[in-house]
Amino acid sequence: MEILRDLLESQLLGVLGTQHDGEPYTSLVGFVATPDLKQLLFATGRSTRKLANLVTDSRASMLVDNRTNRRSDFTEASAATAVGVVEQVGGEERAEFERLFLGKHPHLESFVRSPSCVSLRLRVSVYMVATHFQHVIELHIDP
Amino acid sequence: MKLIVGLDEVTDADGFRVGGKAIALAALHRSGRAVPPTVCLTTEAYELFVEQASLRAVIHQELGRKSFADMRWEEIWDAALRIRSRFLRAAIPEPVVAALKEHLATGLPDRRLAVRSSAPGEDSQATSFAGLHDSFVGVRGLPVMTEAVRKVWASLWTDRALLYRRELGIDVDSSAMAVLIQSLVEGPVSGIAFGAHPNDPDLVAVEAVYGLNQGLVDGSIEPDRWSLERQTARVVEHVAPAERQRLVARGTETEVESVPVSMASIPPLGDSQLVEVFEAVRATEDLFGAPQDVEWTFSDDHLVLLQSRPVTTATAGVGDKRAWYLSLTRSLQSLLVLRDRVETELLPAMDREAADMGSRDLGALDTAELVEEIEKRRRAHDRWVEVYSRDFIPLAHGIRLFGQFYNDVVGPEDPYEFMTLLAATPLLSVQRNRELARLASKVREDSELRRQLQVGGLGDAKFEQELDEFTLEFGEVTFGSQRCFGNRARVVRFLLRLAEVPTLAESSAEGDVESLNERFFAAVADERHVMARQLLELGRSSYRLRDDDNIHLARLEALVLDAVGEGHSRLRMNGPGAEQSLNLEQVVAALRHPNLVVEPRPEQAQTPVEEGFRARPRQLVGQPAGPGVATGAARVIETADDLFRFQAGEVLVCDAVDPNMTFVVPMASAVIERRGGMLIHGAIIAREYGLPCVTGVPEVTSLISNGDPLTVDGYLGIVTVSRD
Repeated sequence: MEILRDLLESQLLGVLGTQHDGEPYTSLVGFVATPDLKQLLFATGRSTRKLANLVTDSRASMLVDNRTNRRSDFTEASAATAVGVVEQVGGEERAEFERLFLGKHPHLESFVRSPSCVSLRLRVSVYMVATHFQHVIELHIDP
Repeated sequence: MKLIVGLDEVTDADGFRVGGKAIALAALHRSGRAVPPTVCLTTEAYELFVEQASLRAVIHQELGRKSFADMRWEEIWDAALRIRSRFLRAAIPEPVVAALKEHLATGLPDRRLAVRSSAPGEDSQATSFAGLHDSFVGVRGLPVMTEAVRKVWASLWTDRALLYRRELGIDVDSSAMAVLIQSLVEGPVSGIAFGAHPNDPDLVAVEAVYGLNQGLVDGSIEPDRWSLERQTARVVEHVAPAERQRLVARGTETEVESVPVSMASIPPLGDSQLVEVFEAVRATEDLFGAPQDVEWTFSDDHLVLLQSRPVTTATAGVGDKRAWYLSLTRSLQSLLVLRDRVETELLPAMDREAADMGSRDLGALDTAELVEEIEKRRRAHDRWVEVYSRDFIPLAHGIRLFGQFYNDVVGPEDPYEFMTLLAATPLLSVQRNRELARLASKVREDSELRRQLQVGGLGDAKFEQELDEFTLEFGEVTFGSQRCFGNRARVVRFLLRLAEVPTLAESSAEGDVESLNERFFAAVADERHVMARQLLELGRSSYRLRDDDNIHLARLEALVLDAVGEGHSRLRMNGPGAEQSLNLEQVVAALRHPNLVVEPRPEQAQTPVEEGFRARPRQLVGQPAGPGVATGAARVIETADDLFRFQAGEVLVCDAVDPNMTFVVPMASAVIERRGGMLIHGAIIAREYGLPCVTGVPEVTSLISNGDPLTVDGYLGIVTVSRD
């Protein structure tokens, strides 16, 4: 749990996995975790392929890791894969989204507030946390 | 890049390139002291070697399976063995070979050499440690020298170096090793001097032996010892050894021999030489600014200083086990002595004490006498547990010593191939399992007998007698403070279960042992056959003892349990408050004070992960300890009762496999253990039965539950939980 929290707080970017008609697709996105770690918030442009994929299938995953592109990463890096369903954040929740997201990525303010940008959240059902290369613990979130 | 430098080229700023030993030697040389002709193979050569063979990635992988702080010394042994095996099989880069060749041709062509470690940072005052890395003497010719260099590099990653450095922090990427190549100065007398006596800083200590001082450094030869006043050089004490021996170089090996009779009664140092050594060690203190630990030798009556390092000031604090780690590495000679002591003195004494205690009739004792008996048995048990840690565990190093020798001469792809040779020795636990298998096959084949046992009978008179014999011989098996085969009913229950399993084969194929034996001795030069045989015998003794010692210890534990059990039943008879299970202290307290209210043992609380989250293992990493892949349902063993619930084909999951519980192993499809290492019981017994085995899986008994579908990968040391 400690490792997961450290990862989600320290990393700015994650790799979002989506699919369309069985064709997998990944994209690098800036994210922030809610304090209870049950949601990962991110934003994307309306015309992006990831959004198109998510519209047809909201299931998604996000990989967050702390590798440094050195050999020691094989044993020292940690990685968490979050799996869940993506929803759009709108209405009253927008303010809280912006507070959290811009708290971590203040330079993305104009991007997030642009009318062509969509605010999203990944409601996580399970995290798979890998440490020491192959030590994997699943953290299931109660629905 | 400069791969080889002479002492003249070394400055105090070169620490990282040449290591602490070379820096000190260069300073002694500059100050005019006689030192052996020396060149230094710099850390750049090491860098080139590990880079070319990708060895850093190997080290990262070996040391990164789990948090290093969580690795037990046995796991570190294994990691070190695998790292060393990779070092010895990797090619030395061509530029390094060329530089060594050139040095041999132009430097000291026909001389015998010493090849010594010189690790950066090792000779600072806080980290100074003698004999931590390897050195080789009597090296001659390029092939032998490159081999020695490779071994010195590998010694940066030995178990004792890792254990020692664990306390100081290990950085795989910045760790490096320089190597000193010196003319071997074979003086008739050599030794060590400490500028400050380890026990009294006002004294100087001098130790001297005939022959090479390596025997003194590794503890195989007892020296003459002098204590001298630091200010006046007055000798306050001289202690002669029980017998004066010396270490001599024979080829690349060294050998201990008795000194000639004419020298046996004469101390190696005369008065004037003693003073010369004293003055030299005091002078090095002036040179380096701190009391020094100096190795020296006399060559043609001239004092030559071989190396100098600060006297270690770090005192062993509470919990500092570094001295014990270093004691885990012992020479063949000292292990042979230890084996004799264990086999001929300690184990028989332990068994005698158990037999003596066992003959006492507990029922005849009054309450006060029973309390006394419980405590007496507990003290005896505690005393033997101490002996176990002091003498039995270090003897396990015999396995490693043989393994290292085997790997050095045979160079096998599988660094654990040697275990097959060691396993050809009868273990008590395997004998017990064979006996169980024999009784179970009777039950399997005789339907009438099976029927009788199922309805609570004991079979015919002959079978009943066999059951009694088994209970008598193995009834002392304990696990988790419970007796396993304390009564016939339990044995019968287990036999019925065992009889349901068709065949239980042991793995060790005799043909394999024979061919490996041939391969081993064919690889050893004729003149080393005696030593090779001694090492093999020692390895087998160590292997056997590794398993058997716990069974001997369990006999004592069973006697403690008997006495506690007697106390328990008396308390139950005497009234309320004693129904729950009490531990030894509580039984003693309740017997002493009949009105005392005893609290039940607290249950161990499970730590919740965090609200809203449930943690489940998916894939757990440990150490590969028995090759093969198997799947099966988990059976987590926490009490003796769990052992009797074991079903054929299940995966045995436990905190620490104890030889006393391995009677279920023949029914298992694989073994997983929290405790790690190749030399632990789980790994030994799994190998015996050819089962996949993964050891050193942290928190395995709390992460895995009974019935979890598991895949055990004994090649990679990975356990996968497939539940959804």
